[in-house]
Amino acid sequence: MSAPTATESAGRATPSLWRRLPSSPVAMVGLGIVLFWIVLALAAPLLPLAAPNAQDYMAMGHPGSSARHWLGVDPLGRDLLSRIIWGGRTVLAVAPLAVIVAYTVGCAMGLLAGYYRGWVDAAISRAADVILSFPVVVLYVILIANIGPSALNIVVAVVLASAPGIARIVRGLVLSLMHQEFVAAAYLRRESDVFVMLVELLPNCRGPLITDFCLRLGYTTITIGTLGFLGLGLPPPNPDWGGMVKQATSMITVFPHMSLYPTLALVSLILGFNLLADGITELSQAD
Amino acid sequence: MSLLSIRNLRVEYTTARGTVAAIPEFSLDIAQGESFGLVGESGCGKSTLIMAIMGYMGRNGRVAGGEILFEGRDLARASAEEWRKIRGGRIAIVYQEPATALNPSMTIGQQLMEVPIAHGGASTAEARTRAERVLADVHLPDPDSVMRRYPHQLSGGQKQRVVIAMALLANPSLLLLDEPTTGLDVTVEAAVLDLLNELREKYGTALFYISHNLGVIAQVCDRIGVMYAGKLVEDAPAAALFATPRHPYTRGLLGSLPRPGADKHTHPLVSIPGVVPSAGRAPESCGFLTRCALAQPGVCDAAPVPMEAVSGGHLVRCARWAEVEAPAATPASATVAPIAQERAEIVMRADEVSRMFPVGKRRLLANDRLSFVAKRGHVLAIVGESGSGKSTFAKVLAGLDAATSGRLDVLGDDVAGKPVRKRTAAKVAAVQMVFQNPDGTLNPSHPVGWPLARALRKFGIARERKDVDARVAALLDMVRLPASLRHALPRQLSGGQKQRIAIARAFAGNPELLVADEPVSALDVSVQAAVINLLLRIQAEHGTTLVFISHDLGLVRYLADEVVVMYLGQVMESGPVAALFDPPYHPYTEALLSAVPVPDPSLRTTRIRLEGEIPSPLNVPPGCRFATRCPRKLGAVCDDTPPPARDAGNDHVIHCHIPLERLRQSEPVFRHAS
Repeated sequence: MSAPTATESAGRATPSLWRRLPSSPVAMVGLGIVLFWIVLALAAPLLPLAAPNAQDYMAMGHPGSSARHWLGVDPLGRDLLSRIIWGGRTVLAVAPLAVIVAYTVGCAMGLLAGYYRGWVDAAISRAADVILSFPVVVLYVILIANIGPSALNIVVAVVLASAPGIARIVRGLVLSLMHQEFVAAAYLRRESDVFVMLVELLPNCRGPLITDFCLRLGYTTITIGTLGFLGLGLPPPNPDWGGMVKQATSMITVFPHMSLYPTLALVSLILGFNLLADGITELSQAD
Repeated sequence: MSLLSIRNLRVEYTTARGTVAAIPEFSLDIAQGESFGLVGESGCGKSTLIMAIMGYMGRNGRVAGGEILFEGRDLARASAEEWRKIRGGRIAIVYQEPATALNPSMTIGQQLMEVPIAHGGASTAEARTRAERVLADVHLPDPDSVMRRYPHQLSGGQKQRVVIAMALLANPSLLLLDEPTTGLDVTVEAAVLDLLNELREKYGTALFYISHNLGVIAQVCDRIGVMYAGKLVEDAPAAALFATPRHPYTRGLLGSLPRPGADKHTHPLVSIPGVVPSAGRAPESCGFLTRCALAQPGVCDAAPVPMEAVSGGHLVRCARWAEVEAPAATPASATVAPIAQERAEIVMRADEVSRMFPVGKRRLLANDRLSFVAKRGHVLAIVGESGSGKSTFAKVLAGLDAATSGRLDVLGDDVAGKPVRKRTAAKVAAVQMVFQNPDGTLNPSHPVGWPLARALRKFGIARERKDVDARVAALLDMVRLPASLRHALPRQLSGGQKQRIAIARAFAGNPELLVADEPVSALDVSVQAAVINLLLRIQAEHGTTLVFISHDLGLVRYLADEVVVMYLGQVMESGPVAALFDPPYHPYTEALLSAVPVPDPSLRTTRIRLEGEIPSPLNVPPGCRFATRCPRKLGAVCDDTPPPARDAGNDHVIHCHIPLERLRQSEPVFRHAS
């Protein structure tokens, strides 16, 4: 445009992100994969599956796929398909829960730091820097090794590792939003600090945060898999994708399917989250 | 033979909604050494035309028809190899934002020397000499030191001079200027325009000047074209265009500008109704049809209206130009009744108000002992260039910042050290603000009715849902917006509509005092007129006191009752608007006035140009703040002693060492040529 001017012509309305989602093939593929796992996880009790911890000693001799065990059995003779589907239930419950809690903590930290600046910002940002300076895996190992493996502790570990990163994003967004005149307009209505943070600032962080949320779901799925593989996931006999891979690694040359199928499950779910994030980024950039 | 000849140019863009003709048909000739100005609101296709001439069409744009003949070559069909020689060599361009035109990681010298080396095959030594010579031509002091500096070490005006120097280095025959002075301070702008006029004579370069500001165009151009909806609608010598505009759109543009000497009581601004149609949506016959008050069915919408000659060199594209020949008399709409001259009650009294920011161990006085008053129902304008501290005062007054010393009485209470959190609810409601930037003023996450409803609730004007709804509808009606708009999101609104919402929001709590910080400077002229009219009407109806912050003296002359002129945090002059625009002047006010680009070539203005740069606010002169740049400086007394306040009568105060008698002897800045 030649002038720094805003035209009087009314702009076209852009429908909300979710309604435009179908126009991005990448996002739809991602969403499809994620929904596939969600449906399987929800339907697990209704499916004609063997119990995930039931051992079929007959199948242990020929652990490959058969009519009884479509994907075969694991080293202890437990049905792989059933364990993958039931394992999906834990991943799909723990990952979003951990990310949501991490978001609550991270947004609060970022809002406070960006809004109040000064010593509040210094304290929060330095604490975040300290946590972010640990290699993530080392941080997890230290944490879980100390507080013991359980679903709750996985959530605690993910929150501790993710919240500082989220706080950084939110802080940056808040710092730039604070210069906007609608914030000054809110002060001229005598709005409280909490109101300005939650109602005026936070909703405008939505765009970048939605993408980050999907990506973080993917990372957290990786984390849960990694923890399981390191023996720091859900304690046995709970079905856990990472744990299943670990259990079968010693037989990987003989019975590769035992580690291959849980790996594929992990990879597909992570890919689903990442494709969804890509699609959303693409859509928000088209605005 | 003309230098640039555009014949039936058609520019199309491929978009998701199909092919759009941004420029349906455009013809234009520019002669060797001519200075042509193109005006029009944003969205009229001015920039698209520049892009087409420069061959920067992007992946989705193309020249779909016609030709752009430049020095006998058709640019629309030039090869990449030809373009390398033309761009920067034969045609140069100066953009609006000088900061982005220069590479921040190279010295000015390196960037300038590239031009003769690339285009003229010059040696390094030759290139250096030529670069230094052209820097001297654009009046940059000490070219040798400028050559060694990086862009961030220069001011905005200096950067634009460097960009102009760079454009001239290859001796182009055509110089395209795309709003080169928008965003510069008015005194800097005036100096750049002078420079362009001087260089044009010296280099014989033809200028193609694009601007939305008719005042600026009038200073530089011999011939002016008016563009609307991708077509040229009027093309005339500058004097003829301003004296006898023929196209209703041209008249609309001129009517939305405050004329010198006119004010809100005698010559109300007239805005153009409606909006610029989006590219390709304009009617085929006459693009202006939908907004034209003179449109006649059967005449205007029948066939594409051709360009017709009114007289030698004056062309117009209007089916009814002959019938609507007489210049429209001043329409009597939106007249603001003159304020009764009796002593109005003082609503705001600033007494030695200062705002100091500590910077390391030093002190930055953004506001230094400001003293002035605002009267009930009056419009007090605060003018000054950027860095004068006018916005800081606006924030202190509204309570978004607090003064560090002094007394600021608003409706009987001292609020100087009190930001909104320390003021009572009634006081906060009584002092409201309209901000400059239409895009930042509304929260993009909430519908536009939300801040209105919220303000009504917070100020206790309405509590019940039904009551709030009715009040929101009334507020929207007050700013002439349909009630249905309350559910729209800010991004669905135009800039003018957003500023209307901002005005409605400020009036939600029935304020006594409204602070407006450059409320229209980001809007197109015709929209500006509409928003100003609206603001003045509501202000007059409510008897609200308006503190209007602006850098635009033309606008201030139009709407203010009293004016305060600020420079580097201090008041230079204050008084009633009529007194301020006639002698005696403060030398700074005189310089500001003479820098105003006047949209009337028949008006002669005194030419005073300020030397040097505004001193850093961290290092202010101990005497008169303006002494370092003052063209009428007396001597050491100005440097050492703060100037006395000289009372010129009728509340007109001038802070200057020069005796009033001598200030009275200066000529008026604006004089008719007759």
